[in-house]
Amino acid sequence: MTAIGTDTIEGFGSTDETARSWLRIALAVALLAGLAAVPLVANDYWLNAVLIPFLIMSLTALGLNLLMGYAGQASLGSGGFMAVGAYATYNILLRLPELPLPVNLLLGGVISGLVGVIAGLPSLRIKGFYLVASTLAAQFVLEWLFNQYGWFSNYSTSSSISAPRLAILGHDLSSPTGRYLLTLATVAIVTVVAIRLVRSQTGRTWMAIRDMDTAASVIGIPVAAGKLKAFFVSSLVIGIAGALWAFAYLGTVDARSFNLDRSFQVMFAIIIGGMGSISGNYVGAAFMILLPILLDHVGGAVFGGAIDPGQLENLQKALFGALIVWFLIKEPRGLAALLSRAWTQLASRFER
Amino acid sequence: MAEPILQLRDVSLSFKGIKALNALSFDVERGEICALIGPNGAGKSSLLNIINGVYRADSGSVSFDGERFVRIRPARAAHLGIGRTFQHNALFRHLSVLDNVLAGLIRHSRTTLIEHAFGLGRDRSETRAFGRRADEIIGFLDLARHRDRVVSTLPYGVQKRVDLARALVGRPSLLLLDEPMAGMNQDEKREMSSFVLEANRSFRTTVVLIEHDMSVVMGLSHHVVVLDYGRKVGDGTPEEVRRNPDVIAAYLGTVH
Amino acid sequence: MSFFVETFIGGLLAGVMYSLVAIGFVLIYKASGVFNFAQGSMVLCAGLTFVTMRDRGIDFWLAGLITLTIMVAIAIAVERVVLRPLVNRPQITLFMATLGLSFVIEGIAQIAMGASVHELDLGIVDTPITVGEVQVSQFDLVAAATAGVLVIALSIFFNWTRVGIALRAIADDPLAARSIGIRLQTLWQIVWGVAGFVSLVAGLLWGARQGVQFALTLVVLKALPVLIIGGFTSITGAIVGGLIVGASDSLAEIYLGSLLGGSVSTWFSYVLAVGFLLVRPTGLFGDAPIERI
Repeated sequence: MTAIGTDTIEGFGSTDETARSWLRIALAVALLAGLAAVPLVANDYWLNAVLIPFLIMSLTALGLNLLMGYAGQASLGSGGFMAVGAYATYNILLRLPELPLPVNLLLGGVISGLVGVIAGLPSLRIKGFYLVASTLAAQFVLEWLFNQYGWFSNYSTSSSISAPRLAILGHDLSSPTGRYLLTLATVAIVTVVAIRLVRSQTGRTWMAIRDMDTAASVIGIPVAAGKLKAFFVSSLVIGIAGALWAFAYLGTVDARSFNLDRSFQVMFAIIIGGMGSISGNYVGAAFMILLPILLDHVGGAVFGGAIDPGQLENLQKALFGALIVWFLIKEPRGLAALLSRAWTQLASRFER
Repeated sequence: MAEPILQLRDVSLSFKGIKALNALSFDVERGEICALIGPNGAGKSSLLNIINGVYRADSGSVSFDGERFVRIRPARAAHLGIGRTFQHNALFRHLSVLDNVLAGLIRHSRTTLIEHAFGLGRDRSETRAFGRRADEIIGFLDLARHRDRVVSTLPYGVQKRVDLARALVGRPSLLLLDEPMAGMNQDEKREMSSFVLEANRSFRTTVVLIEHDMSVVMGLSHHVVVLDYGRKVGDGTPEEVRRNPDVIAAYLGTVH
Repeated sequence: MSFFVETFIGGLLAGVMYSLVAIGFVLIYKASGVFNFAQGSMVLCAGLTFVTMRDRGIDFWLAGLITLTIMVAIAIAVERVVLRPLVNRPQITLFMATLGLSFVIEGIAQIAMGASVHELDLGIVDTPITVGEVQVSQFDLVAAATAGVLVIALSIFFNWTRVGIALRAIADDPLAARSIGIRLQTLWQIVWGVAGFVSLVAGLLWGARQGVQFALTLVVLKALPVLIIGGFTSITGAIVGGLIVGASDSLAEIYLGSLLGGSVSTWFSYVLAVGFLLVRPTGLFGDAPIERI
């Protein structure tokens, strides 16, 4: 079964399947409880530098995967949509401080989603790599816009924006634990909604467009609306992730934090993790966020002080690139498929 | 006699100066099975593509169910009740049989994105109703064994049946079948013929099909239209067409 | 008016250099079906290698020859090690692989040759020439002439030789190339080798213009809109697209930039390219496939 298949096929009820889906839900709840308990044992470094960026990158990857892995519309505009989410949320917090934080994040996401629809309009005419190039236009224009016009950053120096006080119902969330839990809760909720969505008529519409768009239109599937909805939902999720990246992770950002390299990073995460797979987003995000940290530590331990830090950085870059290429060649369906194969083998060993 | 469900009048089409169809006219009666035959390159697939709007005719018109058009969008054709299967495999290859069939129902969906995301309103009842309807068709075409398999892993003949299921599930009043039996052996062809006949009888679906195997055509269809180089050279019952000297010269004569 | 003409001509001259880079992309796209993002790091790598050897006192032509050998070797190795195992994979995966590859080339090139900005002197005098009221940079003229000669030579090579015909054939059908008598693998190596050569020339010209530095890799972002406007599969398209992007970019920078109060060069050519796409979905000279179902 393909990586896409495992996540997209919904059964209408054999008992075996019902039991398995209950097992899955139980596992997910246990995992979530475990993750929520992490601040009890982890120190601030782990929360700030590892777990928070990992979770937010997973969320961004999820957003892009809905568009690219499910609806088949490739985009390199993720950084730009993250920026829209961050700057929109910042402005709503600033100008409408009485709104509760969750509403705020959602509104920021919706604004990003609407910008995504506009950026997605060319997809009604063009396909494939030409479409990728047109999403680059959105990326560059958005990045430029937030740098150029001070209004978006409330005329701060260097167009940067800083986190206002993060609080829900009076609970202050500015501590590492608070920001971690805010991120975790957001990721959990969005993941559940995304799973629902890809298994619904909407998800089926997207996958039909991805697999064979001409046939889809001939059997009466609304292709144009489906594409634009994919752009909307995808940019909405990416926009929320951008706001978290700005306020729950970095604290202060400017538009450069959402440049083309960020878009590349997100695209790598889903290709390495697994396109059209929900779990692939977490695996891919872990790869993209954890591997550089790991290389950093290993490099520091091995060469510590022996070579110039700039050289070490170049070495890491080369090694990281080589690993990416190697995984792309070795694992066409992404790490999620690899893990799911390993899991099946493990399970069958236990059953024997 | 009732008005024909499909009327073509002087339909012409050319690609880069080469005439694919030349002032073609014929009628398809409600409830019949009409076969389009002719050598390769006679313009049969192009004709189906015009009827459901994938191509635009250079001139002439098509009337379906009393509605006359020159150019129709494919999605609109589907909504009017024109179903279609494809000559080359055009299934959604990463999806299961069930999901492919369910995709054929999307145009009947009345639920919104928000309902899908949060499982609100009519989403649950629609999902159940669609599931039942898809399972009915899957049973009807004897696909139950393959229901949860990803279609790209299935044998070719089964994939052809999935294509038919996807078209039939939306209950089209006109079904266009582009070589539904290409590449099949005799047993598979017989099986497919019986499914087409069953669909025609039980759902009262009018069928226009393209087929090369003359024994299949003669056994299955009420009405045969013969094309040669984009022109109509024969039009009538299988018997009449078989006796038509022009047809024999243009087509049957080359087969033996 | 003379200012307008000056800007326009300056833009066209820069455009010829965009065309040069874009042709490297077109060749590889036709042969391997990928937009090779690593082309930018190959340009950097060529510039760095050449300038490092010159700094060590190696003769101009010898340095050129050694760099050429290295570039062709890298290009052929890339085709072998990275792209061949990825045959038949989605276009976007190929693209991302070349992006990963660019990390490798940039990392290694900078480890070996350092990351500082190097001056590169090709011995071209840069005093402006005045024609009537219009001033034109002499360096730009020479660079554009060199690029122009190369562009014409490459178009002739790929339009009239057996290799060129084979290249056109494989775009439709990989087996067809064989009937012309050229093995597919030889063809791939020739094309990638030529792409290595093009990156050398581009690396020298761009390097002499703005110093050999990391920013050279960004020419790939300039080449992309050129290819969209011209079509990924057309050498003529790359030339015309380069001129359009070069001229419109420098005009927009002056006239639109002052209107919007800032530099528009990062995005203008992309927005222009999207405009072109909406009218011609496969570029000015790209092939539009007839959809058969």
